[in-house]
Amino acid sequence: MSTALLQAEGIGRRFGGFTALEGISVSFAKGELTSIIGPNGAGKSTFFNILSGTLSPSMGTLRFKGRELTGLPQHRFVHQGISRSYQITNIFPDLSVHENVRVAAQAMRVSYDIWRRRADLVELSERADAALTSVGLIGKRGEQAKYLAHGQQRALEIAIALVSEPELLLLDEPTAGMGPEETKEMVALLERLAEKRTVLLVEHKMKMVLGLSQRVIVLHHGRLLADGKPEDIRSNSDVRRVYLGQSEGYG
Amino acid sequence: MTVESTGEAASLSHSRRVFAVLSDHRVLVSLAALAVLPWLLPSQALAVNVLIYGVVVMGYNLLFGYTGLLSFGHAAFFGTGAYLTGIAIGRWGLPWFAAVPLAIMASTMLAALIGTISTRTRGIYFSMVTLALAQLVYYVALQASSFTGGENGLRGFTVDRINLLGWQINFLDPVNKYYVLMAFAALALWVQSRILNSPFGAVIEAIRENEQRARACGYDVERCKLIVFMLSGAISAIGGCMSALHLSIVPLDILHYQTSGMIVMMVLLGGARSFFGPFIGAATFLILEDVVSLWTPHWQIVVGAIFVVFVLFLPKGIWGTLLDVLPFARERR
Repeated sequence: MSTALLQAEGIGRRFGGFTALEGISVSFAKGELTSIIGPNGAGKSTFFNILSGTLSPSMGTLRFKGRELTGLPQHRFVHQGISRSYQITNIFPDLSVHENVRVAAQAMRVSYDIWRRRADLVELSERADAALTSVGLIGKRGEQAKYLAHGQQRALEIAIALVSEPELLLLDEPTAGMGPEETKEMVALLERLAEKRTVLLVEHKMKMVLGLSQRVIVLHHGRLLADGKPEDIRSNSDVRRVYLGQSEGYG
Repeated sequence: MTVESTGEAASLSHSRRVFAVLSDHRVLVSLAALAVLPWLLPSQALAVNVLIYGVVVMGYNLLFGYTGLLSFGHAAFFGTGAYLTGIAIGRWGLPWFAAVPLAIMASTMLAALIGTISTRTRGIYFSMVTLALAQLVYYVALQASSFTGGENGLRGFTVDRINLLGWQINFLDPVNKYYVLMAFAALALWVQSRILNSPFGAVIEAIRENEQRARACGYDVERCKLIVFMLSGAISAIGGCMSALHLSIVPLDILHYQTSGMIVMMVLLGGARSFFGPFIGAATFLILEDVVSLWTPHWQIVVGAIFVVFVLFLPKGIWGTLLDVLPFARERR
């Protein structure tokens, strides 16, 4: 597949005697918005953590733009072009909203410079502002991040992930803990983001996932259960049995 | 955003603006405050100690306050700075201006070693590893008595005059001594301020705020921790050099874990994460020690009780709380 951006082959992960993932082989094409779903304990988060470098797989290989990533430390993944958000809001609480994003932008350029003035790196500050504008938080740039509303903190985390200009954006339940209004705003934001880049979502809210994604991957007990277009997933009998049947009204 | 920030600038009160200017020139302001210190405190000896411990604690603050790493072994770098200065002058016959950089380099290398081992651990384990390794340094100094003077401390390296480009300064005069040592403090303050303003300064704050997120942003957190550990050790070592030049002896106690504990107490009293807090903390601790030990030899009980009150009710320390309370200083550090 020449268009595959990220290719996972035979990915497995064990925690002690427990096998969380086994034999997952999927590839993600450029420009697609793909969602990973599955019941609790299906291995979604483990798979996601492997794709973002947070965990290394016990088995299998990971290729990004043809380059092998398996075994690289997490901080190198961003420099390759893979950026992520977390399920539980993960920001720099005491820093200003702007500094949250600026310091993330800085990671792509300078880490160890102890002599220049950070205020002189004007371009980074501008990029941070651009990222804040794109998630609708520019009006809050001077506030401390911990005082933002929950939905705004989620958006801030996306801005942090976005500012490295990743080719692949991994979002772990971006609407977790959100009310219907905030969810609606987040969905609109996700749709805008997906226009320009490859996005991979882990989500719980079924209706949202099926409406938003171009492709859905279903995991169950650490294995790949189904992989296809939303309409195929909806009519897939295996998926209905393990997931949809019991929670179609969910979300 | 421009509309909002100009609106904010317009409403910035006069005192706020003054404070912002002072804050932008924090090195000069700090030096001005330190320059009058000998005339504010009851004794010159106390002022010199505030200067020395202020520098040591400032270096420690880089690691503890700004990066969030609670080391219990900073006496190792303070002590190594002092010992190496004394050994280089007394045993190797080097002039002070060669001894001081040598001592700082040696301490930085020691910090690289201890940092490499300790930054692999986190939380309480990090504190314990730094404590254990620093005690190791203490016992090395105790055992290698032919080199360090062992229990008696290191003696015999009095610097009585300092030759500055042909200008002879009598270093035995307490006032001269204070201002010569203040030049070292100026160096330390300047370096610390540069680091805090630098891109790397932003990285260590990000690591303190959220290590996992910093890693996910693309920072090599372990390497950054090692670098800040070395920088912190180097700045604390400057205080060690100052101490050796000041006392003309290096007591073995300088390496003891009680010294490390005192450094932690000073930074908490003054205010971690504030630029001038370490000097306030050092002054508070040393004045308390001076005053209370006049009443009772068990001064630690009183100082300890005051310390507990601080930790419970003023977690930001004296300086940090003051900056929070003053309306024009809020949101700045």
